[in-house]
Amino acid sequence: MVDLDTLENDQPLLVAESLSKSYGRIAACRDVSFALYPGEVLAIVGESGSGKSTLLQMLSGQLTPSAGQVSYRMRDGVTRDLTTLGEAERRFLFRTDWGYVHQDPAQGLRMAVSAGANVGERLMAVGWNHYGRIRDTSSDWLTRVEIDIARIDDAPRTYSGGMRQRLQIARNLVTEPRLVFMDEPTGGLDVSVQARLLDLVRSLVAELHLAVIIVTHDLAVARLLSHRVMVMKGGRVIETGLTDQVLDDPREPYTQLLVSSILPP
Amino acid sequence: MTAMIDVTDAKKTFTMHLQGGIELPVVRGVTFHVNPGECVVLSGPSGAGKSSILKMIFGNYRCDSGRIGIRHRGALIDLATAEPRQVLNIRRSTIGYVSQFLRAVPRVATIDVVAEPLIVNGLARSDAQQRAGELLHRLNIPERLWQLPPATFSGGEQQRVNIARGFISDLPILLLDEPTASLDAANRAVVVELVAEKKRQGVAMVAIVHDDEIRHLIADRIVDVTSFAAAAWRKTRK
Repeated sequence: MVDLDTLENDQPLLVAESLSKSYGRIAACRDVSFALYPGEVLAIVGESGSGKSTLLQMLSGQLTPSAGQVSYRMRDGVTRDLTTLGEAERRFLFRTDWGYVHQDPAQGLRMAVSAGANVGERLMAVGWNHYGRIRDTSSDWLTRVEIDIARIDDAPRTYSGGMRQRLQIARNLVTEPRLVFMDEPTGGLDVSVQARLLDLVRSLVAELHLAVIIVTHDLAVARLLSHRVMVMKGGRVIETGLTDQVLDDPREPYTQLLVSSILPP
Repeated sequence: MTAMIDVTDAKKTFTMHLQGGIELPVVRGVTFHVNPGECVVLSGPSGAGKSSILKMIFGNYRCDSGRIGIRHRGALIDLATAEPRQVLNIRRSTIGYVSQFLRAVPRVATIDVVAEPLIVNGLARSDAQQRAGELLHRLNIPERLWQLPPATFSGGEQQRVNIARGFISDLPILLLDEPTASLDAANRAVVVELVAEKKRQGVAMVAIVHDDEIRHLIADRIVDVTSFAAAAWRKTRK
């Protein structure tokens, strides 16, 4: 038997070590550790209050852990502890190498400026200044997320929920990030709109070789998008493994409950 | 000859926590190997655990104990203890699985569903689509359907799309779960042909086939899983 790590030796992109967060006596998240590799999609599943959103916020450097640390391998190959990053460095990371797709697109978009500007803004933030190129790239991205170019000058507040979510994705991906955080990205959408969005995300993730950490309570979303899944309950990771393994052969009582609660399609 | 699959004393039990924690023994003592170019057919009555064994070899079901040795890029890896990432690598470049049903992806054209395993392994889209087209053609899926998603196809058509997707890769191990179940005679014959071609290429296969005639045509060896099955297990424990 040979250890595969010596054969396929790539470095993790993000490593979480013993992450915990408590609010007074309440432990929202306890002792979470994992490594995420480039191109890997990890789903964090669990019901409301399981600690999955707290975890996502710590992983994305928006919340300081009470204990433990998150390290990230920057584009220059140097691995940094997120807590040691300055505010400017962290913001730069967010504008370039990371994306964050919120459940409510209104949180991730500027609702009153045009769709084109929403996408172009991220390019300008990383130094693009040629109006024609920005506009071309924005149009290209709108097409990729299946938004009619005729709507490029309209503000997202005139868009449907599904279009807003696709626009948010375009805005996030335009800078070619390596890691995207997604917080219940299909949460507020109709089922048919959800399917289209998931399908779009699935193909973009594969095409761009994105690493994704997606928080969802929907196991069907986890099944469709993720390679690996972590099941959380009461702030702890209670089960983790390959997505099809955990969903087809769940071991923990709570995971079995979650899996058995899926309505047949 | 070096085995491609070497299963030793593998055991699987389901613990049903929602049913008061009852233990559902599935199989134990599963031991067999498969050489390159060989097709081993698992036999035994319904419920004996044939599909479970196939899923254990694919890493879809976890083992309680024992070893699932898989020859991956020249080295023997124990799939039962491999990390998720290793399992994914092994699936990408070593083990293919043709399930009974196509897990239809909405909105993806049939030709792309079939071509995907090649694209994932780095083949150019146009080349992959060409090979997908050849296979679909052999499996009698008319060209006018290739651009449509398979979700609306008949059961038999979906299964043929599934077979095309499973057989398109050049993976050294192929697991076949009832590949001919809902096919007519002409298409069953195509599958027999495809299996024979894989054998000539040195692919190691494990298959579940209920049709006696097909089994006779593709099996090099038969492994009777009855002795591994839970029923036998319960008897010996008494």
